[in-house]
Amino acid sequence: MIEQFQPIIYALVYILVAPVLGGLIAGIDRKVTARMQGRVGPPILQPFYDVGKLFEKENPVVTVTQNFYVLSYLVFMVVSGALFFSGGDLLLVIFAFTLAHIFLVLGAYASYSPYSHVGAERELLQIIAYEPMIILTAVGMYMVTKSFFVSTIAAATVPLVLYLPGVFIGYLIVLTIKLRKSPFDISTSHHAHQEIVKGVTTDFAGPNLGKIEIAHWYENVFLLGVIWLFFAWNPLIAIAAIMVSYFLEILIDNTISRFKWQLMLRSAWIIAGTLGLVNLGVLYYLGMVVVP
Amino acid sequence: MTYLQKSPWIVHYNASSCNGCDIEILAALTPVFDVERFGIINTGNPKHADILLCTGSVNEQNKVPLKNVYDQIPEPKVVIAIGICAATGGIFRECYNVQGGIDKIIPVDVFVPGCAARPESIIDGVVTALGILEQKRAEMLRKGSSAGTKAGEAE
Repeated sequence: MIEQFQPIIYALVYILVAPVLGGLIAGIDRKVTARMQGRVGPPILQPFYDVGKLFEKENPVVTVTQNFYVLSYLVFMVVSGALFFSGGDLLLVIFAFTLAHIFLVLGAYASYSPYSHVGAERELLQIIAYEPMIILTAVGMYMVTKSFFVSTIAAATVPLVLYLPGVFIGYLIVLTIKLRKSPFDISTSHHAHQEIVKGVTTDFAGPNLGKIEIAHWYENVFLLGVIWLFFAWNPLIAIAAIMVSYFLEILIDNTISRFKWQLMLRSAWIIAGTLGLVNLGVLYYLGMVVVP
Repeated sequence: MTYLQKSPWIVHYNASSCNGCDIEILAALTPVFDVERFGIINTGNPKHADILLCTGSVNEQNKVPLKNVYDQIPEPKVVIAIGICAATGGIFRECYNVQGGIDKIIPVDVFVPGCAARPESIIDGVVTALGILEQKRAEMLRKGSSAGTKAGEAE
C-alpha cells in the first residue's frame, strides 16, 4: 500500500523541500563567490530575503500575457522536477523541462523591450546548445540500465559514472549553461556585469521576477538530482559528487569570462558530439551493457 | 520589519556627473566596503531596482531619460541624490543648460552631501533611505486597501 503512494510522496517532498534547498544552495553560492573575490558576502539566507522583497513590490506588467507565461514556466519546472523525483520517465522529464524554458522565452518575447528580445534569442540558443547533451545523458543511462525510468536508474547497483565518464563530463559542461554561470551566462546572469541589461528577465519585475527566481531554484535541485543518478549506487559518494561539481561550477564562474554565443554553441555541440557520442559508441561496440 | 530593508537593489543613473561620485558609488561595491553584505545589489535595470542613485546636475539632454528611469522602477521606490551637483547643481548651477538638482525633475528622498561624496556617506544615505522605503510601503498598502474598499463601495 505504501509502495503504491511512494512516487506521490517523493513528488510532494520535492515540491515542498526543493525551494528551501534551492534557496540555500543559491545563498551558499553567493557566499562562496564573495569569498573567492575577497569580499564578506551576503548572509546565507539572502536569496529568501530577495524573493520575499520581490513579492512585496508592485507588479508592473508590460503585457498581461507575461503573467501567464511566467506562471507556466514555474508550473512546468515544478512538474518536470516532480516527475523526476517520483521516478518517472526521463524522456518525459526532459520534454517538460524544455517546455518550461519555452514559456520563459515566450514571456520575454511578449514584451517590447529590445533587450528582452535579445535575451530571448540567446535563451533559445542556450536551449539549442544544451539539449543534445541532456538527451545523450538520458540515452546513456538507458544503455547501461536498460530503462528510461528514474526509479530503475536510481536503483542500479552498478556505478553509472564508470560506464559514462564522457557523458558525465559533458553533462557538467552543459550544467554551466543551465546554472547561468559564466562563461555561458549569455541570456541572463546573476552578476552585475551583464551586457544586455538583464537579458531574458529585463521586463519582469516584482512578483513575476520572484516566480522566475523560485523556478530557478526548483530547476537547480532537479539538475543536481541528475548528478545523483550517476553516483546512485552510493548516496555518500553522490552527495560528495554533487558538492564537488557545484564548487567547480562556482570556480569556473569566477575565473572564466563570458563567451560569445557562437563559441558557446560550438563548444557545447562539439563536447556532446565527441565526449557524449564516443562514450555511447564505445559502450555499444564493446557490448558493455549491464542489466542490473 | 519587511524584506525590503534586507534586500535593497539599486540602479545608478549618471545625469551628467563628472564621474567623481560615480567612482565612489562603485567603490562601495568593492571588497573594501562590500555593500552586498547588506543585500545591496547594483542591478543596472530599473525594473528590478528599489533605490535610484542619481549623480550630477541634470541638464536639458538627460532630464527625460532620468524621468524615464524613475518611472520604470516599481513602487515602493526611493531616490537618493548623491553629491552637491545632484542636490543644487553645484559649480555647474549657472550653466545655461543645467536644471540644478535632481529634485527639479523627480522627487528626491535623501540628499548625500560631498564633492565627491565619500563611500561611507553614500552607504549611510542608502541606510537612511531604507527607513523611507519602509514608510512608503506602509503608505502604499494603506492606499491600496482604501482604494479597494472604495471600489467595493462603488459597486
